[in-house]
Amino acid sequence: MYAFDYHRPATVRQAAGLLAKKEDAKLLAGGQTLLPTMKQRLAAPPHLIDLSRVDDLKGIAVKGRSLVIGAMSTHYEVTTSAIVGEAIPGLAALAGLIGDPAVRHKGTIGGSVANNDPSADYPAALLAMGATVITNKRKIPADEYFQGLFTTALEDGEIITKVSFPIPGKFGYAKFRHPASRYALVGVAVAKRGSDIRVTVTGAGADGVFRWAAAEAALKARFAVKSLDGLEHGPEGINGDIHGSPEYRGHLIGVMAKRAVASALGK
Amino acid sequence: MSVAQIGQSVRRTEDQRFVTGKGRYVDDIGRPGQAHAFFLRSPHAHARIRRIDLHEAQHAPGVVAVLTGDDLAADKIGGLICGWMIHSKDGSPMKAGPHPALAQGKVRYVGDHVAVVIAETLAEAKDAAEKIVVDYEVLPAAVDPAKTQAKGAAQVHDEAPNNTVFNWHLGDKAATDAAFAKASHVTTIDLVNNRLVANAMEPRAAVGDYDSGTDNFTLYTTSQNPHVARLVLSAFIGIAPENKLRVIAPDVGGGFGSKIFIYAEETVCVWAAKKVGRPVKWVAERTEEFLASAHGRDHVTKAELATDAAGKILGLRVHTKANLGAYLSTFSSSVPTYLYAPLLSGQYDIPAIYAEVDGVYTNTAPVDAYRGAGRPEATFVVERLMEVTARQIGMDPAAFRQRNFVRSFPHQTPVIMCYDIGDYNASLKKALELADYKGLGRRKRESARKGLLRGLGFSAYIEACGIAPSAAVGSLGAGVGLWESAEVRVNPVGTVEILTGSHAHGQGHETTFAQLVSARLGIPMEQVSIIHGDTDKVQMGMGTYGSRSGAVGMSAIVKALDKVEAKAKKVAAYCLEASESDIEFKDGRFTVKGTDKGLSFGEVALQAYVAHKFDGQELEPGLKEGAFYDPKNFTFPSGVHIAEVEIDPETGVTRVDRWTAVDDFGVLINPLIVEGQVHGGIAQGIGQAMMEGAVYDQSGQLVTASYMDYRMPRAEDFPLYQIATTSTPCPSNPLGIKGCGEAGAIASPPALINAITDALGHEDIAMPATPQAVWKAAQKTVHKLAAE
Ligand SMILES: Cc1cc2nc3c(=O)[nH]c(=O)nc-3n(C[C@H](O)[C@H](O)[C@H](O)COP(=O)(O)OP(=O)(O)OC[C@H]3O[C@@H](n4cnc5c(N)ncnc54)[C@H](O)[C@@H]3O)c2cc1C
Repeated sequence: MYAFDYHRPATVRQAAGLLAKKEDAKLLAGGQTLLPTMKQRLAAPPHLIDLSRVDDLKGIAVKGRSLVIGAMSTHYEVTTSAIVGEAIPGLAALAGLIGDPAVRHKGTIGGSVANNDPSADYPAALLAMGATVITNKRKIPADEYFQGLFTTALEDGEIITKVSFPIPGKFGYAKFRHPASRYALVGVAVAKRGSDIRVTVTGAGADGVFRWAAAEAALKARFAVKSLDGLEHGPEGINGDIHGSPEYRGHLIGVMAKRAVASALGK
Repeated sequence: MSVAQIGQSVRRTEDQRFVTGKGRYVDDIGRPGQAHAFFLRSPHAHARIRRIDLHEAQHAPGVVAVLTGDDLAADKIGGLICGWMIHSKDGSPMKAGPHPALAQGKVRYVGDHVAVVIAETLAEAKDAAEKIVVDYEVLPAAVDPAKTQAKGAAQVHDEAPNNTVFNWHLGDKAATDAAFAKASHVTTIDLVNNRLVANAMEPRAAVGDYDSGTDNFTLYTTSQNPHVARLVLSAFIGIAPENKLRVIAPDVGGGFGSKIFIYAEETVCVWAAKKVGRPVKWVAERTEEFLASAHGRDHVTKAELATDAAGKILGLRVHTKANLGAYLSTFSSSVPTYLYAPLLSGQYDIPAIYAEVDGVYTNTAPVDAYRGAGRPEATFVVERLMEVTARQIGMDPAAFRQRNFVRSFPHQTPVIMCYDIGDYNASLKKALELADYKGLGRRKRESARKGLLRGLGFSAYIEACGIAPSAAVGSLGAGVGLWESAEVRVNPVGTVEILTGSHAHGQGHETTFAQLVSARLGIPMEQVSIIHGDTDKVQMGMGTYGSRSGAVGMSAIVKALDKVEAKAKKVAAYCLEASESDIEFKDGRFTVKGTDKGLSFGEVALQAYVAHKFDGQELEPGLKEGAFYDPKNFTFPSGVHIAEVEIDPETGVTRVDRWTAVDDFGVLINPLIVEGQVHGGIAQGIGQAMMEGAVYDQSGQLVTASYMDYRMPRAEDFPLYQIATTSTPCPSNPLGIKGCGEAGAIASPPALINAITDALGHEDIAMPATPQAVWKAAQKTVHKLAAE
């Protein structure tokens, strides 16, 4: 790790001020992605702005017909939150599948969404439910927010403050864990809100999280596991590595989609 | 705590310190004025070093020194050695290239040591290392052990044409070919024994220290055998004479073989300590463990088994290419030769065996012993052949094994080993019962109803442990003897210190050894201390590997205890005014036969030291004895493991549903510790069979250089094991023990692959049987089932 200056603001405003003033400054949330990269000397921010004392970034609440989660909510807080469990139980379950206990106690939804790792779990949920990423500057719909591997609509100096999920009628997530890292080798989220049905895939896309239109169409006819029988994604546009070829990942998309629907239906 | 008994499940006394963070590991050691070393490593698998520019690094903040292979050469520091000479079948000695601790002219694998930066802090050392400019001429790399001998492959060392270190053989080729000629059935299989990273919880570390006043060196290092390290560093590498070099291996957090070897980093730290006049510390980062600690296994094998019409084995023929990596590590040459082929007879009466092994260089990290070392590779060959043959000739795999078991002892195999004792059928029978073999059909149908594939696989393994009779290994090329030493120091108050040449790095010696001494002397365990891992305290020893600390290390203690008892009886005889032959020792008391006169062990110890009751000219005062124990034979632990798996063909996920292990380790000193060793061994074996694998890409980059890609086993991967033992006490050592440290890792991979292939209904799967591999293989099964 290279030397850096450490800042610990108390408000979003102060954090934004530091971010604007300090050249090449980086926000520090749970540090589960940023710190390992710094330790390996792959990142060398001269300034770290620690968000852990910014109270405005905390808290989980239902506001109208949406579930709003503060950016600094840890995966552990989300998975154990009674509010999340009541509003979108599948989202609580998803957070409980992230990493291991140490990672869940430190890592945050804001950090995960900002990072947009192509194998991360949250992006599938945000895109499936049509969530909104709320920053200190604006509101960004998930459809516009995720822009490919580690790429988002966030601009310089922008801080995620909250993520707002319109509460769906049904939501389910099925994850096939990467054998070694336990990120998603393939993760499929399914959300149904009225007649709007979305099926999203993380871990597999060569260009990050994406919607699987064929599955969405099949489920529109009838929201049932059987509707996906025989539907395969195939290897096109799917990434491969030693743990999963595009063929294997493509196949798992179909399997995980069925399991996600079953989970959404409480089966 | 009271007096312990042999066979009692005493809880590990050392764990209090380990689980409360009070262990003292190399990284916990700090010497006054200590500087920190960072190694600049090769990013290329194979390259010529045209030039190294150190100027900027040398002048970076905090830098004490930047050293390269040139400095080693200037100081006449020798290269790392391989301590076992193998001769090829044409009689020529193995062809090894030099192995400098810091590269001299060439780098040969990703992670090879190019230079060391020594600085006030580790961060400064790393900063400076970034300023070293190395001009590499990148060369093509030879990575695949199956292709490295081919014409046109890149040459790793000029000394070894076609990258062939040796082409060795064992057994009678003509007799074996004749057996195959008359066979009614021949089974042929191609196997890959996947390459593994040891992954000890504690990474390697070293602190070198030099005292210019006395001209003495001290090396603190993560070693399984500090005395061997001292011997090699002194006699071969030339750091300092043995009397000037102290090696200390304090608490060591796991080794699994990878800490047997003498490495570049520790050599450089102890050498540099004098050169820079400062203690020098290095601690591996996890990535360095992946890149530059010796890997294990990595065989490519073609194996054949010949049987007659009655299902009797006639012969076995094997050709293995063993990847040795880019340099020969300390014991690398012995692992795929004398630790491998002599085990190819398994538990079976096989009249003719012929094995041919090519030891080959590649541009990958050195490969050496890893838990089981050679014996898991042999067991994988034999037990896969047994299962596949049984399937092909239509015999029940248990019955096929029973038909071929060795049943009378001693049994001389055609490949060196003479099995002293065993009862293979006893283990098999017990295992069949515990595994509910009869219920397999019902369980398979239940799984099928859920759309899952169930399979069961056997592994009837044998291993050669208690390594090893010195003269025997000497005749096979070993550079050292493999005895063990012990010293028993009885203090005047009757407490006891045991100095042993064995080294504990997780095995629980402090408990088991103390338990033995407690039982033997009739004194409470807490009156016994076990001292190991310091060449200034323990005079000489051979260390811990090859499941030898029980059979060899404890036998040495027994021998020294015999001497202590004999001496104490003499003292007691004087004190009790009886003749020595009338003194009996039992339950911690010396008594005069047929009387109630007696003295406790402590009282006799005190008398030995005050020396008031005997003539010091007739009997030496004091009570301290030492012994060297050289084993008569290897020991031959054996047993049967049965794995049962359930495969989800949709995803390829394989769940290990049941595991039965019945092992014959002879006499057990501490069954709880034995069970722990079996648990860990099975976990590592299942890891090899289903999860782990070190993968290099074609250019020689290690793809699995972190836990993001190297799949370690986790607790949730395992079922509750059913573990039982049978016992045929070993006749070759005074305790009747055989060793248990490696059994699980040796037995389990073939059991698991046999179970998976049983579930799949075909043999087409390699280790590691990852979800992806099993899914692919299951496609074939599903198609077959659909067609039926
Ligand atoms: C061993 C391990 C296993 C893991 N397994 C999984 C898994 O299974 N699934 C999964 O999804 N993830 C997994 N992760 C990642 C984990 O979820 C991380 O917590 C997450 O990716 C980043 O969150 P963080 O709070 O740690 O962010 P940090 O590491 O602190 O920051 C990450 C990036 O986001 C930026 N950032 C942080 N907060 C904000 C904000 N509020 N606004 C704008 N930018 C911000 C930072 O500047 C940085 O660039 C794993 C991580 C580890 C170490």
